[in-house]
Amino acid sequence: MRSPFTRPALGLLVALGLSGAALANEPDKTPPHQAWSFDGPLGQYDKGSLQRGFVVFQRVCSTCHGMRNLTYNDLAGIGLTQQQIAETAKAKPQPGAPDAMGQPTTRPGLPDDHLNSPFPSDAAAAAMMGGVAPPDQSRLAMTHPGGPDWLYAFLTGYRMPPPADAPMVPGKFYNDWATGHMIGMPPPLMNGMIHYPDGTPATVEQQARDITTFLVWASDPHRNERHSIGKAVMAYLAVLLALAVAWKRKIWKRLKTQ
Amino acid sequence: MTKPDPAPQTTSSPVAMTGLAGWVEARLPVISAFRAEYIDFRLPRNLNGLWNFGAILTVVLLLMLATGIFLAMNYTPTNAGAFLSVEAIDRQLAGGWLLRAMHMTGANLFLAALYVHLFRGLYYGSYKAPRELLWLSGLLLLVLVMATAFAGYMLPWGQMSYWGADVITKAVGAIPGIGPSLEHIMAGGDHLGDVFLHHFFVLHFLLAFVVVGVVGLHVTIVHVNGSNNPLGVEPRTPKDTVPFYPYYISKDLVGLIVFAMVFAALMFFWPNVLIEADNYTPADPMHTPADIEPEWYFLPFYGLLQSVPSKFGGLVSSAASLLILFALPWLDRSPVRSMRFRPLCRIGLFGLVAAFILLAAAGKHHAQGGWLIVARLAGIYYFSYFVVLLPLASSREKTRPLPASIAAAEGDH
Repeated sequence: MRSPFTRPALGLLVALGLSGAALANEPDKTPPHQAWSFDGPLGQYDKGSLQRGFVVFQRVCSTCHGMRNLTYNDLAGIGLTQQQIAETAKAKPQPGAPDAMGQPTTRPGLPDDHLNSPFPSDAAAAAMMGGVAPPDQSRLAMTHPGGPDWLYAFLTGYRMPPPADAPMVPGKFYNDWATGHMIGMPPPLMNGMIHYPDGTPATVEQQARDITTFLVWASDPHRNERHSIGKAVMAYLAVLLALAVAWKRKIWKRLKTQ
Repeated sequence: MTKPDPAPQTTSSPVAMTGLAGWVEARLPVISAFRAEYIDFRLPRNLNGLWNFGAILTVVLLLMLATGIFLAMNYTPTNAGAFLSVEAIDRQLAGGWLLRAMHMTGANLFLAALYVHLFRGLYYGSYKAPRELLWLSGLLLLVLVMATAFAGYMLPWGQMSYWGADVITKAVGAIPGIGPSLEHIMAGGDHLGDVFLHHFFVLHFLLAFVVVGVVGLHVTIVHVNGSNNPLGVEPRTPKDTVPFYPYYISKDLVGLIVFAMVFAALMFFWPNVLIEADNYTPADPMHTPADIEPEWYFLPFYGLLQSVPSKFGGLVSSAASLLILFALPWLDRSPVRSMRFRPLCRIGLFGLVAAFILLAAAGKHHAQGGWLIVARLAGIYYFSYFVVLLPLASSREKTRPLPASIAAAEGDH
């Protein structure tokens, strides 16, 4: 097939590339890239890291942050058994139906309940947390600029004491990666503050890696499946393409041999 | 010809059919009609890869309907429930994430394929007599598909849905006279909420089937007029054409598989290319996002909208950039169809593509600073191509000589 487009199209691409580069804004400070198991088009979550990250989420994050779009059943995605899911859910009381006197009640959580949020509403959360509600973490790793690299940099970016030239604000903490370097959230992670069931040493860096992996999973829970189904689909289509091309050539040869 | 094709350029001789097929055929000749239109149907022998996009668009449309119906079954069109129901489809519905991924990738690639299909029409002059109705029905489809895509993008009710709705309803409100009432009807009240979502959910679903109807019309017209081809010369003898089966079935199949691979690669491996992360934050009327921008396929029109100082003027220019395409068969009076033989207009058309892309880039940058000038120049060029270059070139352009026939151009005398 002759291609009348190649030359003008190339010229166009070059011109656009140049003008784009000339007009693009300076990028903001980007957090250093970490090597993640889930990186790239074929990446897979590290199951051990996901489960450790869930420990960090339960002990630390979930005291202030919700993850309301997930149900306990969804935790099967990080490799929890039905038994573990049922136990995790049961430990979290949920609001039940009003009793005979119309008084509110609670009941044990069930596997298909949504993860309960620590505050009854965003307004209540803001009132109790110094004016800003801790954001829900269901899609945080996806919606926050910088994604996983930012989360890791942020969680390991607190400086105690703050640099000498930093302003002191009561109730705020210094973090290299917070907007304006000041944030109301106190440093959430400390060395050895939790014990991992699998015996991994719980350093701040390790906890930051694990909770980041867990939060990325929460915002994109089907990545493992998506990548593995994708590989199978591409392999199938590649074989199909080879057959289709062979068939097409065989058919069209009839015209060429005239 | 070593293997002559049977029965050139005639309707297929009636094949004796017995049993159920014969019974149906005697009452409603669907079997012979299918044979005539999809097996024996003759097409120019020189169609290139750009002619695959008709078949590709048909298949993507079917995929959109198949996935859309199941998504609709699990969607709640309310202010409080919309975002959560989409989250539930993604997270808790078995296979829901795959359904939704197919629908989202499909929407993006449907528009992409539509733009390629449109470009092919522009490049090879497929809008010229006797194919004016084919062109007009295709443009109607473009408008319908854009409306459907916009309505669909509202439904997840994330920040981009909400603020996109806000921008568009306010733009409609800028129409003099009827604007405010129209805005009120579109928004379904003083605030964007339950009524708006319900309207757009029904519209999205309804428009999808209107598109199917107009596609039926579009395909019927192409079967009446026959396809144009890269030379823009009508087939004259049987040597210029080949039957749909097996020639173009085999070629469309290759095109479809290549397209499916692009589709799968984006959907499975690089979904973030098409996903707007901000739309995964629930709609919040109290918090305007820093950066409101439409999906990429609306960016050129958004760039045009923003490059005009008045809001209503912007709306008019955006609408005019689509409407002017409807007049194209009467603006370009040159008897030569294909740009291969029109050196001046060919360069002009590549300029048009560049202007369209520059308008998109300007839209992405909100037509601020240098982009405002880029957008205005690109916008002026866009309209000049249609109202200045093509009408003038119709009579004055020195075109290259046309080949005697398609077969001759292919080296088959």
